[in-house]
Amino acid sequence: MLTLRRFFATLGPGVLWLAVFLIVPVAIMFGYSLLTRTDLAQVGGPLTLESWGRVFGYDALFREWVPDNLRVLGRSVLIAGFSTLLCILMGYPLAFYIARQPARRKSFLLLLLIIPFWTNFLIRVYAWILILRPFDLVPSLTATFLGMVYAFLPFFVLPVYSSVEKVDWRLLEAAQDLGASPIKAFMAAVFPQTLPGLIAGILLTFIPALGTFVVSDILGGAKTALIGNLVQNQFGQAGDWPYGSALSFLLMGAVLVGLWLYARSAGQKGLEELI
Amino acid sequence: MMRRTHPALSAWAWLVYGFLYLPILVLIIFSFNDSKFGGTWAGFTTKWYGVLLAREDVREALTNTLLVALSSTLISTVLGTLVGLGLWRYSTRFRLPLTFLLVTPIVIPDVVMGVSLLMFYSLVRGGLELTGWTFENGFWTVMFAHVTFQISYVALTVRSRLAGYDRSLEEAARDLGASSVQSFLRVILPLALPGVLAGALLAFTLSLDDFVVTYFTSGSGFRTLPVLIYTSVKKGVTPDINALSTLLVLVTVVAIIAANAIMRPRPGRRGEA
Amino acid sequence: MFKSFRNAQGAETRVLDDIDLDIRKGEFFSLLGPSGCGKTTLLRILAGFEQPDAGAVLIGGRDMTGVPPNLRPVNTVFQSYALFPHLSVYDNVAFGLRQKGIGGAALRDRVGRAMETVRIGDFGTRKPDNLSGGQRQRVALARAIVNEPEVLLLDEPLSALDLKLRKELQVELSNLQETLGMTFVFVTHDQEEALVMSDRIAVMNRGRVEQLGKAEDLYERPRTAFVANFLGQSNLIPGKVQEVSPGGAVVLTEHGLLRTVYGADLSVGREVMLSIRPEKLRMERDDETEGNEVRARVDDIVYTGAENQYLLEANGQRLVAFQLNSDIGADEDFDYEEEVALYLPPASLVILEEG
Repeated sequence: MLTLRRFFATLGPGVLWLAVFLIVPVAIMFGYSLLTRTDLAQVGGPLTLESWGRVFGYDALFREWVPDNLRVLGRSVLIAGFSTLLCILMGYPLAFYIARQPARRKSFLLLLLIIPFWTNFLIRVYAWILILRPFDLVPSLTATFLGMVYAFLPFFVLPVYSSVEKVDWRLLEAAQDLGASPIKAFMAAVFPQTLPGLIAGILLTFIPALGTFVVSDILGGAKTALIGNLVQNQFGQAGDWPYGSALSFLLMGAVLVGLWLYARSAGQKGLEELI
Repeated sequence: MMRRTHPALSAWAWLVYGFLYLPILVLIIFSFNDSKFGGTWAGFTTKWYGVLLAREDVREALTNTLLVALSSTLISTVLGTLVGLGLWRYSTRFRLPLTFLLVTPIVIPDVVMGVSLLMFYSLVRGGLELTGWTFENGFWTVMFAHVTFQISYVALTVRSRLAGYDRSLEEAARDLGASSVQSFLRVILPLALPGVLAGALLAFTLSLDDFVVTYFTSGSGFRTLPVLIYTSVKKGVTPDINALSTLLVLVTVVAIIAANAIMRPRPGRRGEA
Repeated sequence: MFKSFRNAQGAETRVLDDIDLDIRKGEFFSLLGPSGCGKTTLLRILAGFEQPDAGAVLIGGRDMTGVPPNLRPVNTVFQSYALFPHLSVYDNVAFGLRQKGIGGAALRDRVGRAMETVRIGDFGTRKPDNLSGGQRQRVALARAIVNEPEVLLLDEPLSALDLKLRKELQVELSNLQETLGMTFVFVTHDQEEALVMSDRIAVMNRGRVEQLGKAEDLYERPRTAFVANFLGQSNLIPGKVQEVSPGGAVVLTEHGLLRTVYGADLSVGREVMLSIRPEKLRMERDDETEGNEVRARVDDIVYTGAENQYLLEANGQRLVAFQLNSDIGADEDFDYEEEVALYLPPASLVILEEG
């Protein structure tokens, strides 16, 4: 039984901390998204939906739809989507490979996968400059894709792996026994079992890919600007906090909705296994 | 029950691993390259490490990075351990929202966390100024921000370490005459310790590696190593940055392997019950 | 003397309802009931892990309500044993005494004696993970009794063990209790376990004590249908009181008039439920016209070795009778479809409280 006293002795301080430094700032961010820019990095009233309008392409100043923003949004989704697809191509078979190794080798391979995942994101992206510069590929779209896939591949493989490890291979034999060809048997018996991991992996890749600004900033240049870059710009040179807030809130909303949908289908355990 | 893996699958897997390690390898090699412009190999040298250590700004950034990492790890380990303990001990109907709250800092894009904290700090500063107080973004703002994303990792590591243990252990200690503090110190903490240490190591690594959140919360006068690297990279590639990156990668790898080794011997799960 | 009186309600459902128990010093007392009957909650209230919403817990005459578990003169053997995995067997057993500040020779002596008592003297340096289920059980026992509690609480301590070991430990536990003279409160859902070990048993159902008494009383004279069927099996026969005399009552049932030695205080015309154990029914080939006989037909026979179990149909009602498989009766086995006479001894026909 969780009484108030016990709550404050264990969960309380941490939850309080997250409330102050996570929930309150996000609430403030939402509040700011309803204000207007009065000066560089300054905000003021009255309450308005202008920034939100701009997020979806409506420019209040010129009173018309300006497709530029939408283009960035669309490009973000496309680049993130394509990067995710590349991750699936590279990572899905890898997860199978790891899951089917003997136990000791498995944990070694997993460690090998986790190490780049924990090394500095910035450095990992930066290292690609060293490789691609001789080929004159920095900045370019190709470099952005490479950097994206490289940065997010471990996020994808880990949840898929944990799904693959739980696969009941007898179903594959059963399907073949019932006359299915190897590929058909795989699609019918194994693929559906990996679906929860696959969905988690896609979420974990697509979402950060959508939000990153470092990859395109370092490897892509202006032509590959994503939502993340747009946000960074609003809090940097442009100094338009309300617009940046709205963009950033949209980004977070997409994440949380995805996470919520995932939690609903995968439940408590799935949510914990996500990490 | 090992199945043979198809040779094509093995080949593919090793290609992917190659892809994962190629940049890190290149980075390390280039940090020993005796050429100012990279690209071509001009012989082995360690001089860039010397150049690096001679740089005043690097030394300052290193101090900042370590100070932030140590203090944020200390705070987040205490808070996160308590949260992990609570998650293990109580099955409340708040469990799902609680897990959701803990997962959020891990999954939301760090840009979002960075900019929301930036605005939060600026608002708090505005409020404080009314009372005559003020503060600059720097050590404290960065450190608090780091704690925010570290707590979840510590909490979830501790929880998963405790997950195999019977929850009546604590009651058994109480039953045998231990107060709640004593039962925590004599029973729960020793059991959770590997999880606590692993969590702390992960938290430390995260703080060491963080760029985005630090970038938005650090202000102009306070730089950590990742921020310094970013600024340098934006200006152009220099070999001493390769050396710096190599060092950071090294520290991370050691920390991760250590955390992994600590967590490895899992608790003997329940009896045959 | 140990006494607990309570009346509690959980958040949504009443886990314990108006419990009033008086457990005597030095007795082996069992709380018996199906899972979810509240027996474990009651035990946890005695241990101090949970608090009653109303009522009080008295131990040795002292009010213990609200006293935290570490300050109660009570120790628990947990269902899962809850041995500290990071401590050796010796340190596990010594935990409670060290907590009280006992050290040196006194500690070694008492821990050693407790470990000898439950025959784990050689396991001191081992870790709990390296012990078998039975050994863990003994460590858990030693860890509790070493503190010489006024009351030892045992929460289904044998449920995780296999049948043979369980039987062995049942005997050991009741011997141990006799030697120590300690008050044992034993929670179990296994009726046989309770019957074998206990001085007195409280049968619990839905948060209430259905009946409290010695094993024999509960079995021979169940007061409710629940007790009649939870402890062994029973044939239930509804009826109406026809006649009352100082020697008992006569009840009109579907099988005609049945005489019982109970119910002398009932009023005529009252609806009652009669209960009789299957092994008390006597199966005969011919009526002997001494009354209390029912005509029945054999529907099915289950051979269990020691006895034959007959499923019978009598006047549209299903009855069960057990007949001992003795040599003498071997040729008297009854056949399928055979018409028999069932004799219901008046002393074995119990009248249940309405329920």
